[in-house]
Amino acid sequence: MNVLAIDTSNQVMSVAMRKDNKFVVDYTTNMKRNHSVGLMPAIDYVMKESSTKPNELDKIVVAIGPGSYTGVRIGLSTAKTMAWTLNIPIVTISSLELLAYNGLGKARYICPFFDARRGLVYTGLYENNNRQLDVKFQEENIALTEWLDRLKNLEGEILFISPDYSLHQTTIEQVLGDQAIAPILETDTIPKASILAEIGENRPSQSVHEVTPNYLRMVEAEANWLKEQKQKSGT
Amino acid sequence: MSEYILGIETSCDETAVAIVKDGTEIVSNVVASQIESHKRFGGVVPEIASRHHVEQITVVIEEALAKAEMTIAEMDAIAVTEGPGLVGALLVGVNAAKALAFAHQKPLIGVHHIAGHIYANRLVEEFEFPLLALVVSGGHTELIVMKEHGKFEIIGETRDDAAGEAYDKVARTLKLPYPGGPKIDELAHIGAQTIDFPRAWLEDSFDFSFSGLKSAVINTLHNASQKGIEYKHEDIAASFQASVVDVLVEKTYRAAIENNVKQVIVAGGVAANKGLRKAMETKFKEERMNVMFPPLSLCTDNAAMIASAGYIAYKQGHRSGWDLNANPGLDLEMYANRGK
Ligand SMILES: [Zn+2]
Repeated sequence: MNVLAIDTSNQVMSVAMRKDNKFVVDYTTNMKRNHSVGLMPAIDYVMKESSTKPNELDKIVVAIGPGSYTGVRIGLSTAKTMAWTLNIPIVTISSLELLAYNGLGKARYICPFFDARRGLVYTGLYENNNRQLDVKFQEENIALTEWLDRLKNLEGEILFISPDYSLHQTTIEQVLGDQAIAPILETDTIPKASILAEIGENRPSQSVHEVTPNYLRMVEAEANWLKEQKQKSGT
Repeated sequence: MSEYILGIETSCDETAVAIVKDGTEIVSNVVASQIESHKRFGGVVPEIASRHHVEQITVVIEEALAKAEMTIAEMDAIAVTEGPGLVGALLVGVNAAKALAFAHQKPLIGVHHIAGHIYANRLVEEFEFPLLALVVSGGHTELIVMKEHGKFEIIGETRDDAAGEAYDKVARTLKLPYPGGPKIDELAHIGAQTIDFPRAWLEDSFDFSFSGLKSAVINTLHNASQKGIEYKHEDIAASFQASVVDVLVEKTYRAAIENNVKQVIVAGGVAANKGLRKAMETKFKEERMNVMFPPLSLCTDNAAMIASAGYIAYKQGHRSGWDLNANPGLDLEMYANRGK
């Protein structure tokens, strides 16, 4: 079975090929680059390196966010259209869950996050359970301080995994002290499509037309509009 | 053997996919409009447009192929609007097009949106060169001379607002529901030209300017309301439209004579305007030039026009690489000279 995995939801762009339950090749960058320019050449590269023709693909796994709206859409437009036209299953995985798997087996709780500006983060909490991660707290777009107050009541170490960790390290340590730990290796904060392919290969697929990004945030114009409607109906 | 191009267009608020045979014959043409969604905001919200595109794209591709009873394998190339337009919206189409082309190892052709608008006419009637195209829409007001296929020379363009933009702004001032352009056209037909709004001739230039006119309309309404005078909306619409149409028609006419063209094409969303159509036909009645308007369905954004322009690019040997990107500010003349 040939599984292609794609993640362009944040600054990292990662594409990987998995063949018969084994990782074979990946292509990962962590630079401020335009994923729209880089993605298809990267797919072309991993396909050629692994001698896989497009019509030999059996499954596509894609990270659906949260992250950069544009970045997520680049990955999804590509993955959806490829899966649809090749008539193969598509599996979607949260970009936070993907990142959390870098900490599998390393602490009781794993807290992946991406900075979402103005003191907000995209985050969720996962709990190690045997050989997999279970969702402890659902993903949210939330003020970091509010989130940390919620984590404070947990028992056991919380491993924070984020490419934006240094931005918020002080706040995290202030609230959680020794309870908060971080990966030793910088590369453990980088989401990897090789992991995406591995955790996605046996998951149930989704109907391709229904695959949509997980933005975790409403468009401002729409949020304002809804607020107005509520005020109107309230008076 | 016939050649088939699948076109994709997502530059603004329409998710569109079409299949065109030999560059001139529509096999299928599907447009999923988002107007209903943007109406409540009084205009297109770019982020919402992008979100709709990514939800719709595979559905629309599927429908276009189903209507044509064809498969991607039967296509000779995939053409897609690479710009200009809203960057987030363009990106969905560009990446979907790349996925189709890559999955089936087909040539990929990036197309300029305005080239598409002009080539919408070739789905109706063959071009005769040299030709002059007036492209008028919410984002564009341009006079373009074409001496041969795939070559575009801009001889005039707007220095501020596009004609369609002026329509939208005046419509908003009159509190007409979005999209306001067609509403003004309707009102203009029942109103009278009671106000003499300015016309920006910009001397001998073929350039346009509509921001002065727009301000004049807004000021007139403002002053009137302060003095307690009330103008009829239809008279404002008729007077405003007369000013826009006068300038568009006169400049197009002069450009057509000066460039000795055989054909005049009016393209873009505003080409659907009845006032403009009538005035253009009257002005050119005495001339031997052939004045063409695309049917209404091809005036607004669609993908058949992209497939038609893409076909010419395909025949001329233009190919885009896997690194094709959305280019929101793509320049038409640079696009025409690509690969040189
Ligand atoms: Zn257009």
